Amino acid sequence: MPFNTFIRLCLLPLAMVVVAFFLLPMVRLVIVGGSGDLGVGAYAAILFEPRFRATLINTVMLAVATTASSLLIATVAGLFLQRHRFPGRALLVAMLTFPLAFPGVVVGFMIILLAGRQGLIGSITLPLFGEKWVFAYSIQGLFLGYLYFSIPRVILTIMAAVEKLDLSLEEAARALGAGPWAVHRDVILPALRPAFVASGAIAFATAMGAFGTAFTLATNINVLPMLIYTEFTLSANIAMAAALSVGLGLVAWAALALARSFSGGTVAAAG
Amino acid sequence: MISIRDRLIFTGQLLFTLLVAAFLIVPAILSMLAGVTVNYFQGIRSGVTLQWVIQVWELYADTIARSFVIALSALTVTLIVGIPAAYALHVRGGRLSRVVEEIITLPLAVPGLAIALGLLLTYGGFSDFRRSWLLILAGHVVFTLPFMVRSVMAVFAAIDVKTLDESASSLGASPWRRFLDVIVPNARPGILAGSLMVVTLSLGEFNLTWMLHTPLTKTLPVGLADSYASMRLEVASAYTLVFFVMIIPLLVAMQIFADHKRRQGAGR
Repeated sequence: MPFNTFIRLCLLPLAMVVVAFFLLPMVRLVIVGGSGDLGVGAYAAILFEPRFRATLINTVMLAVATTASSLLIATVAGLFLQRHRFPGRALLVAMLTFPLAFPGVVVGFMIILLAGRQGLIGSITLPLFGEKWVFAYSIQGLFLGYLYFSIPRVILTIMAAVEKLDLSLEEAARALGAGPWAVHRDVILPALRPAFVASGAIAFATAMGAFGTAFTLATNINVLPMLIYTEFTLSANIAMAAALSVGLGLVAWAALALARSFSGGTVAAAG
Repeated sequence: MISIRDRLIFTGQLLFTLLVAAFLIVPAILSMLAGVTVNYFQGIRSGVTLQWVIQVWELYADTIARSFVIALSALTVTLIVGIPAAYALHVRGGRLSRVVEEIITLPLAVPGLAIALGLLLTYGGFSDFRRSWLLILAGHVVFTLPFMVRSVMAVFAAIDVKTLDESASSLGASPWRRFLDVIVPNARPGILAGSLMVVTLSLGEFNLTWMLHTPLTKTLPVGLADSYASMRLEVASAYTLVFFVMIIPLLVAMQIFADHKRRQGAGR
């Protein structure tokens, strides 16, 4: 068998699977999204119909807040863990990355155990302040859940980037008289920018599309994935659900594509 | 000399990192404890029991078995589809290969909900396929395939596949023999890493599966969501405990594997 034929045969199963179970469904989704009562206008309705627009803004703001907070937390912890060696460090790293494989539903349950009706936080605040703090089912609970699954992802990328930093640059800065703050501001943080962009995009895209956590927690919080789900199942408004899914997919994909054009590396969200 | 200021900064950072770790780990420990506690409201003093785990087994054993069947099937498909594809994409190179790689990585950016909806709209009419667990398998394959392909491609990028391949070819081996006897054995680290990833992701997949499942094809994460909504906290916790017991060995294996690879890389 000629080599080129063999290579083509090697790609055949992939082509079949991807076309049948990904490309075709995506095309169908785009078509169905434009074939409801509103026609192609369904796509415009995402931006102009007040209910959808409010949900979109809500979701984007939540995702931005999650991204900014996880970047901040992961940078402080990641720099610390990569720059110091102490007993128990490996265990600490393992603890910080352990939730990486938790499905969104499990993350939601973790937040219920922290801030739910029988939660840990409530049982601490009851004797302290005389009232039980229960916020698992509010937007704060959802934010906490999104942080829960973002921190491990971001911390891994940042730690890997810190490991690759050129220490001689910092030494040079210090030799030239820069204090610790100046070294961080002018040398370390700029060098970490590609890692910030890459992991920030992953955190943002994951938060935009996160369904499991919202499903477990959200009784009355409007985020885009929940809206799609309720449009599809409760309202049986299949065309609108499809249009919203396409919109959501585009936002998540655009964030990752944008990040990649900045940082040059490959970037992917999961979960 | 370590100054007092340095020590203060160190302590502050350590405390902050410990707090973050506690935020992630304390609820997981709470759920494991709750799963074996007689009454969570009264605390561990009420006694330790396996009754909730047994109850989970009676209620949800089928979801656990189904999750394993789907994860292993997804692994089989991604191996058969992914390894040859990774090889072909690496050997061909060029713009077309990059475009193909780009397309197969898209399911990582597109939310699972959207993919599931697309699958439902496309195959909802084929009622036998719609009702079986094979539709869930299709979703899991689309979602996990990029991890297998990229993991194997990463190995090909690190070792000199072309020279290996050419020397085998000059000895007269057919493309098929070369693939089986030279390429696959050399790609083993990537295949193993990809396999761990595929199984772990498939076992925990919820977003796609929730949309695609039927009452007769519930998986473990679907059952979890069900128990969080309708069961007492102890049962939900025991079920989560079962999930942790399944997933932690896989995570540990991945960690060991990554460390091993890093050490090898450092030694080079």
